[in-house]
Amino acid sequence: MSQALTTHGAAIEPAESPLTPESWGKLGMWMFLAGDAVGFGTLLAGYGAMRATSADWPNPFEVLGINLTAAMTFLLICSSVTMVKALEWLSKGDRSKAKMFLAFTALGGAIFVGLQAYEWTHLIHRGLHINGNPWGATLFGTSFFIITGFHGMHVTAGVFYLLWAISVVSRRPQPQASYNFVEITGLYWHFVDLVWIMVFTFMYLL
Amino acid sequence: MAGHKHPNYMAIFWYLAVLTVIEIGVVFLPFGKFTNGVLLCALAVTKAAMVAMYFMHLRFETRTLGMIAVTPLAIATLLVFVLLPDGFAVAKKTDDSKKVAPPATSKH
Repeated sequence: MSQALTTHGAAIEPAESPLTPESWGKLGMWMFLAGDAVGFGTLLAGYGAMRATSADWPNPFEVLGINLTAAMTFLLICSSVTMVKALEWLSKGDRSKAKMFLAFTALGGAIFVGLQAYEWTHLIHRGLHINGNPWGATLFGTSFFIITGFHGMHVTAGVFYLLWAISVVSRRPQPQASYNFVEITGLYWHFVDLVWIMVFTFMYLL
Repeated sequence: MAGHKHPNYMAIFWYLAVLTVIEIGVVFLPFGKFTNGVLLCALAVTKAAMVAMYFMHLRFETRTLGMIAVTPLAIATLLVFVLLPDGFAVAKKTDDSKKVAPPATSKH
């Protein structure tokens, strides 16, 4: 092989630089999120196709109401801000402030899930089920519970992930030693926020 | 994110908050379903892009990572068009109003 290279004078390909030089875990998380995004994308694309071909799809804005979900959207945006603030404090070496902001983020997520449970209970009482919808197409109920449920599962997992991050920040000797871990946790958390922006638009506002 | 540089997160927060208020306002605008839909999609994509670029630091990462992140969006958009012919093949197939009611006397 080396003889062939010298004979034909072929240039040797330069060594690749890693996409995320500071952490392989970060690249791993991005890969996971890209896959997860395809999952959410498929669900939302399926929702769009079902809705477009249905004759009696209800107007989600009218039947679901958006006051509560608008507040939930704002809450998730706030929790994204507390997440980046935690990372900022960690880079400054302030462990206790970083932990406090991580706890605020987890609290925001927990309140979000609580509000979603309240919304679901309310809608179920009004007759919306996974296999039934009093306002038209049955698939509206199916897609609503599956998509918001899939997202709610992500938020729930995110709350546990954040609690794990708090314990990692507490245990590692230097605050900066957990910077990559918290940044990766943040990637997941912001992704959950990003997906909710899409879900809120497609399932409530449109 | 190399170098631990942090953008002005509070500015991004205010942009996101204002865009959310605009989104809710758009719902009440009398522009018709299509125009409202386009506006809402544009606002959602803008908000999602801001979260990815600044909160997820994609703006400060290598370009290849950004391309990996954008691919699912392209796939999802494509999927809508792939799925539509399937739905239209059976006209109004999800219309529950045309369901035949079971006979009242039927017992299990």
